[in-house]
Amino acid sequence: MARPGQTSRGQLHVGRYLGVLAAIFAILYSTVIFAGSGSSWLKPKLGLDLQGGAQVILTPEAEGGKKPNPAQLAAAVDILRQRVNGAGVSEAEVVIEGDQIVVQVPGGNRESIATVTKAAQLQFRRVVELQGVQQPVTTPTSTTTVVPRASPAVGTPKPTATTNKRPISSGLLAATPSPTPTLTPSPTAATAPDDADLVLSGAVYTPANFAALDCTNPKVRAGGATDLPKQEIVACDRDGSAKYRLAVAKVVGEDVKGANVGVDQATGVEVQVNLQFKGSGQDKWTKLTEEAFNQPPPTDQVAIVLDGVVISAPSIKSVINGDAQITGGFTRKQGQELANNLKFGALPLSFEAGDAEVVSASLGEDQLRSGLLAGGIGLIAVVLYSLLYYRALGLVTIASLLVSAGLVYGSIVVLGDQIGFALSLAGIAGLIVSVGITADSFVVFFERLKDEIKEGRTPRSAVDRAWVRARRTILSADTVSLLAAVILYFVSVGGVRGFAFTLGLSTLLDVVVVFLFTRPLLTWLSRFRWFSHSRLTGFYGPDGGEPSGTAPRKTLVPTTVQEA
Amino acid sequence: MPETLQKRPGLVNRLYHGNTTFPLIKARKRFYAASLILVLIAAGSMIFRGFNVGVEFKGGDIFSVSAPSNVDIKESRAFVESLGVQEAIVQTVKTSGGDTKLRIETEPLSADQGNKVVAALAKKFGVDAATIDSKSVGATWGDQVTKKALQGLLVFLIAVVIYISIRFEPKMAAAAIIALIHDLVLAAGVYSLTYFVVTPSTVIALLTVLGYSLYDTIVVFDKVEENTRAIEKQSTQTYSEAAELAVNQTFMRSINTSLIALLPVSGLLFVGAFLLGAGTLKDLALALFVGLGSGAYSSLFLATPLLADLKEREPRFKALHQRVIDRRTKGGAAPVRLSQRSSYATPVVAEVASTETAAPAAGPATVVRRPAPQPKRKKGGRPSGKAGKRKR
Repeated sequence: MARPGQTSRGQLHVGRYLGVLAAIFAILYSTVIFAGSGSSWLKPKLGLDLQGGAQVILTPEAEGGKKPNPAQLAAAVDILRQRVNGAGVSEAEVVIEGDQIVVQVPGGNRESIATVTKAAQLQFRRVVELQGVQQPVTTPTSTTTVVPRASPAVGTPKPTATTNKRPISSGLLAATPSPTPTLTPSPTAATAPDDADLVLSGAVYTPANFAALDCTNPKVRAGGATDLPKQEIVACDRDGSAKYRLAVAKVVGEDVKGANVGVDQATGVEVQVNLQFKGSGQDKWTKLTEEAFNQPPPTDQVAIVLDGVVISAPSIKSVINGDAQITGGFTRKQGQELANNLKFGALPLSFEAGDAEVVSASLGEDQLRSGLLAGGIGLIAVVLYSLLYYRALGLVTIASLLVSAGLVYGSIVVLGDQIGFALSLAGIAGLIVSVGITADSFVVFFERLKDEIKEGRTPRSAVDRAWVRARRTILSADTVSLLAAVILYFVSVGGVRGFAFTLGLSTLLDVVVVFLFTRPLLTWLSRFRWFSHSRLTGFYGPDGGEPSGTAPRKTLVPTTVQEA
Repeated sequence: MPETLQKRPGLVNRLYHGNTTFPLIKARKRFYAASLILVLIAAGSMIFRGFNVGVEFKGGDIFSVSAPSNVDIKESRAFVESLGVQEAIVQTVKTSGGDTKLRIETEPLSADQGNKVVAALAKKFGVDAATIDSKSVGATWGDQVTKKALQGLLVFLIAVVIYISIRFEPKMAAAAIIALIHDLVLAAGVYSLTYFVVTPSTVIALLTVLGYSLYDTIVVFDKVEENTRAIEKQSTQTYSEAAELAVNQTFMRSINTSLIALLPVSGLLFVGAFLLGAGTLKDLALALFVGLGSGAYSSLFLATPLLADLKEREPRFKALHQRVIDRRTKGGAAPVRLSQRSSYATPVVAEVASTETAAPAAGPATVVRRPAPQPKRKKGGRPSGKAGKRKR
């Protein structure tokens, strides 16, 4: 078009928009490139239904069918995480979604679900026999001790801190190998017995079981079926550095009132875990400490067993008839972990497995392929329709869809890396549905444009006018669509969330694309002569012929546009 | 295209050029009746026939194992029941890779029972137990999902009413919500009538339909609002007529909106139904497909006429209606037929050939008039139908 002045001014305009878009792309994709590594590099994180694995949605229930409070929920998540990770799965995820807890174990199977869903069993058992297990790297361990909480309890003066300022090796173990004469290497390392024959931590005590218990095997350490309060058991501690023969459970989780982490009042630095008992539990606990107090090691230790695994085995330094404090050179984090474990064990929290699913790797692949195929078909259909209906302008639609696809893909990769968003089959469905929403913004814009041109405007002036009006409609409609996605996200769980998430994400990005790409692109294209050819655009002027501005103009069309 | 000036263009052509003159509001009673009948059928089916609810709602276990393509379903069912499982539903499904899978649906099983079934199936079909897919749903899970969906629905409806009331006006919100419920009932009714399995994915899809149905309605209402913004300043057009003009102006846009939304969904439906057998995609797609179709219909044929009916009750629009009637009788002019003209905020009365049957005579070239060459007239000028009228 021969209007140099305006062109140069307008070009600046267009360039600015496209520049912002290019900047967004640059930032997004530099994040994509630096995010992730290895096989997940440049790829979105896939949900379990697409890569195979086990997923279970748990509804935690407190005593009497009540909803657990947030603190209880957090403690439960901690434990569940330890459970799945203890089973040797490193990438397992445990997240809270509304009232539910969703556990995902990539590559998991039915066993992983069973591990997760069992109820917590917290027991306090006296140690009968203790064996240190020779580890490749032996780190010094320290004694954990239990002392009564500073209280005016008669006859139980608070003992001074015991010999335990050394750092403990890891976790919360409480092995005291030094004075034990039975320090022997684990005998069973040579053969790899069948899984079914493994003696798991928490099994009934027999001399044979004790000998066979291989605490170096993470599977063994994950614990097994363990509700045997009336029997002696064999157990490993959590990092596998010691194995125990434990007496019957005298105190159980129900006896525990609560636990919290604090700092030793006397020293002011040492982290300690405070443990409170309920009325009847208190008596049981006092009796247990009476039995253990002043016994030769290791029988002065009381093992705290959670799910068949020893999480701590402090030695009893006095008869405790009040709250107890456990010290042992913990870091704050270790102390918190122990307190959470105790709390959780004390929590009469049960899990109901609402929806448990095991997807084999081949089904995952199959679903991914189908999702992509469905998306491909949908996309091609939209592209063909756009070309048919809007002719050359269909290319604008296609270009916009491509830009949109680039933004959505980059965002999903980045979100997968940053907030762990995993693309599920429902998520892909959300993306496919959003193709419609994205393309529809162009429909609204183009139809407006068509109207304006039919009314007698030149394509150039029509683009700006149509945009002002289309913008309103697009924003209103996208708002409702976003509203639906957000609400859907907050009331749903599992796969549904994925659907809502991708739908909302693409709706937002649709606004970005329309504002920063489609509109500037059309403005720019409207400067070309071909834009005025009806055959190419499908836009007709007022008399059904070519748009105004192409033929000699008989009438001037008023362009008094005032739009809010 | 000069030939269009000579003969009246066909329907497709008029649609394409946005020159339709469907008397959507005049015929509204017919649409109301049609919608009412459909809603009653759907509701009746939901009450008397109910839904075919999936395992996710009633609880149960599903196992899926690769099997030879000629697997004997009856024999497989007997085999599963020999494991102590009652009422197993056994069917074969195809994977996208063309393999056959045996899908076994059972009552809720304990974890041990489930493990037993998996082990037995692995042995029978000679596959690794790790390749068997399973799903286990607790009996109360479905209730929770349903409860959440209903909660979501309620929150959404409230949010939408507030949004539309602020962005447009309360009456539009009312009309939009009625159209929305209409779409929901129809989509749910199709599930009841066809007895397709209802899963949580179906529920999601229904909730998504809400968004779409409103999206579509808002596109139309946006135009109605524009056309009626200054409507009280003239007396040539009633609210209903302005709304009808808006519907006709956005007719193609609305169809395009729905078509373009339907196209990707039909891709989902195709792959879900024909290539995957049972699955998330199919569950989503049918509800979306029905809901979108119904949404397109309701925003044009239900929401806008309803809105017009609601608005015509307002005293100011009653007065306007009276003014328009008076003017037409006084001037002896025939009732102004709606003409198609793409004008915004300035509904313009164009040349009228006759009353209801005007359409055949009037091609786009004669019906559509640009107001520009006309001298600007003051309000209440000569009540001739020939007068183009501008406001503002």
